[in-house]
Amino acid sequence: MAEQPLLSVENLTVQFRSDIGWVTAIDGVDFAVHPGECLGIVGESGSGKSVSALSILRLHSPANTRYASGAIHYGGRDLLTLPQRRLRQIRGGEIAMIFQDPMSSLNPVLTIADQIMEPLRQHQGLSARAARRQAIALLDMVRISDASRRIDDYPHRLSGGMRQRVMIAIAVACRPKLLIADEPTTALDVTIQSQILTLLRDLQREIGMSVILITHDLGVVAEFAQRVVVMYAGRVVESASVAALFARPMHPYTEGLIQAVPDPDEDVHRLAMIPGNIPDPSTQIAGCRFNPRCRHAVRSCLAETPALIDAGAGHFARCPPRIAAGRIA
Amino acid sequence: MTDAVLAAASTQVLAERRRFRMLRQLAAHRSFRIGLVLVTILVLCAIVGPMLTGIDPTAMSIRSRFKPPSARFPFGTDQYGRDILTRVLHGGRLSLSIGFSVALLSGIFGAVIGMAAGYFRALDPYVMRLMDALMAFPAILLAIGIGAALGSQASSIVVALAVAYVPRTARIVRASVLVIREMEYLQAARVSGAGDLHIIVKHVLPNSLGPLIVQLTFVFAYAILAEAALSFLGIGPPPPAPSWGNIIAEGRDYSVEAWWVMLFPGLAVSLAALGMNLLGDGLRDVLDPRLKVET
Amino acid sequence: MSVSSIVVVRELVKTYAVRGALLRAVDGVSFDVRPGETLGLVGESGSGKSTTGRILVGLDAATSGSINLFGQQISSKAGKAALGAVRRRLQFVFQDPQNSLNPRMRARDAIAEPLDIAGGLTRAARNDRVRELLEMVGLPISCGDRFPHEFSGGQRQRIGIARALALRPEFVVCDEPVSSLDVSIQAQIVNLLLDLQERLGLSYLFIAHDLAVVRSISARVAVMYAGRIVEIAPKRELYTLPRHPYTQALLAAVPRMRPNKARAAAVVAGELPSQIDTVPGCTFHPRCPFAFERCRTEKPKLREIAAGHLAACHLHEPPHQPPFAN
Repeated sequence: MAEQPLLSVENLTVQFRSDIGWVTAIDGVDFAVHPGECLGIVGESGSGKSVSALSILRLHSPANTRYASGAIHYGGRDLLTLPQRRLRQIRGGEIAMIFQDPMSSLNPVLTIADQIMEPLRQHQGLSARAARRQAIALLDMVRISDASRRIDDYPHRLSGGMRQRVMIAIAVACRPKLLIADEPTTALDVTIQSQILTLLRDLQREIGMSVILITHDLGVVAEFAQRVVVMYAGRVVESASVAALFARPMHPYTEGLIQAVPDPDEDVHRLAMIPGNIPDPSTQIAGCRFNPRCRHAVRSCLAETPALIDAGAGHFARCPPRIAAGRIA
Repeated sequence: MTDAVLAAASTQVLAERRRFRMLRQLAAHRSFRIGLVLVTILVLCAIVGPMLTGIDPTAMSIRSRFKPPSARFPFGTDQYGRDILTRVLHGGRLSLSIGFSVALLSGIFGAVIGMAAGYFRALDPYVMRLMDALMAFPAILLAIGIGAALGSQASSIVVALAVAYVPRTARIVRASVLVIREMEYLQAARVSGAGDLHIIVKHVLPNSLGPLIVQLTFVFAYAILAEAALSFLGIGPPPPAPSWGNIIAEGRDYSVEAWWVMLFPGLAVSLAALGMNLLGDGLRDVLDPRLKVET
Repeated sequence: MSVSSIVVVRELVKTYAVRGALLRAVDGVSFDVRPGETLGLVGESGSGKSTTGRILVGLDAATSGSINLFGQQISSKAGKAALGAVRRRLQFVFQDPQNSLNPRMRARDAIAEPLDIAGGLTRAARNDRVRELLEMVGLPISCGDRFPHEFSGGQRQRIGIARALALRPEFVVCDEPVSSLDVSIQAQIVNLLLDLQERLGLSYLFIAHDLAVVRSISARVAVMYAGRIVEIAPKRELYTLPRHPYTQALLAAVPRMRPNKARAAAVVAGELPSQIDTVPGCTFHPRCPFAFERCRTEKPKLREIAAGHLAACHLHEPPHQPPFAN
């Protein structure tokens, strides 16, 4: 991609303080989002996908977090070193975020109106009346029926799907350039999930924003993202376009994960599974962090940490043996 | 069986990391450490102290009246010439045992009442209204009333204070029970045919102890302070046997000339209450579910 | 319905009184489970699937309807005593690996609990059985001494399964057993359940919201919506030829990995109605793209439309012809 990325995370390492010392949550993570693109970040628990997302807006508690290395380039500056005031302008204004649990993401003692109007008044300096008009328009945009009446409701009157729509309305209120969606539909029923994801895709086109979609669901990524980053145990293990990832996964973990997901359209005798357990972030593993569970592990996998290698056409994987084999084949 | 081997290896690693985690956290908690040190010192003094000084706490000596703190009488003497240090050490035994007994008694009864209310929902409204009624009385007044009725001995003070604090402990236990009864491990036992007794003993009780124990440390502190107050009001353990409270009470009339008579037992009461509070803080911080970093 | 079914449920109803109104969590559910088979019960939140499962093992009481387990009638009146007779043959696997184990009990004691409750085993026999169960679920024997917080989610789920198998049940209700687990671990647990079924001849009622997982383990699948079963069919038929519009919508809504198999996402609008205001007619009609007059007034009954395939939809009752391909 010759185009300049909108946001690019470079060699990011984030550590958290725990009662056994500093624990590395993500290690040397790289990824980038281009304008108008939807980047999917896929991983299971402990993969560091949420940590990466929260780091972009520096949402971790400063007392217990350490950014041991790396930079987050946006608009010609490094978000990690940006002064608080400028960062607050960006949050909600240029980069917005929506979270997983709609039940706890909205303030239960404020009406929907108050919550949508907040970013409008803060970032755009609108008057109360103008902000309210804008807020109703936003509720329409996220397809909430009867918006002018619902806007005065409190969150508890709304279902999970509707609350998520309100969250989206709050997030896109100031037409951000980038929306970070952290597992936005995991807590929702599948029919509602489908509605919300379609809404996000439509909004993305209307507003022309980029989206970073964090999820554990490969199906969601396949249908809604253009590029995918796969994370495992704090590291990026593969990065490619969606088509390339599913057509030819290079990293054994990606391959295993794709095979382990049951297909609603096919009958199988047994599911293909990845043996072993996901490592705890505090566990030290020499070499490749996937090697204890990898069927193809060789000696070099245990000796040294593999680097993320370019396999061509924007497809990167952190598995030297596989890429070498692929080049020969 | 690669799967089993891998599972074993990873359980090993997880286990090593997570075992004794609570103890490690407690040891790292500053308030807990300070509290533990304070309480240990006081308890040791109470147990061992009286034997070391060898002086009779009730021995009077007119010649040694109102002696200020000195090498011979580190805490000074009172109006009867009795050594305050010895009296405080002896008094520690009584006061600390009162505190401990009140905590134990209110713990046991509170647990029974709280468990009954939380587990058998039909009883809940009646039991809790009764507790609310008790709580409406200030603890000291209640203790005075019961103490006056039962007479002024240490045992009646213990009973009075225990009754005053039972609503507090019952409430804590009830809150825990309400959460635990929704847990799936309890339902699993029911599916397997467990009766209420089995469930209460094996599941509800062990899991409600945590918050209860934290509460009991605070009850201990309140009880020591209350004993001092009650003695001050004349309803404490009767003289000449010393308790921290009645030493303070006896020194009241001479607070200006012989300030040391009230100061040292007062310090002892404060330090004991403080120590227990810090201990309780530490326990509560460690036992409360915290935001975890790892899965 | 086959006479040899071990579970026969007819017109099961569970209602709750909520602020003066009646919430119909389970609204007339009927199905069978045959020996050695897995019936998948699929639905979104509010469908009543979990409540149904819980009623079967006695964790909740039915308001009305008949349940017949292993030939024993368990109706709402006789209830507890009748359940006692067949209790050992039923079991339940819970969803949440966090809460399904007592944090103060070691794994071996948690697994042995059903044995201890039932009684009658010597200490040695009990310990042997625990070892046997640990091996059966793929955990090393040394795990027995550990506490739940020392295990991962998948391992805790294995312990829960071992506990469920302690008394050698024949029928196990699995309530969303893999929903809280990571994908790579889900596959392990599903495979484990399948292996155990083969090895021990178990029957399952597999309750889940994930259609793909249900397909991987079930022989027949029942789809629930708003407290009622809207379709039951053998697995392959249900997934390739769904006959109820809700089943079709559900299948279409599942995001798929293989891009060339993606269906045009028939995004169904609207949300589950609050069950307190009971919608007259078919509960799905406000969201159904094919709804017509009769749907608004009359509740459709579950009828057999093809061999072993039942659906509750007016579209399938003559003289109607459903507008979608059959």
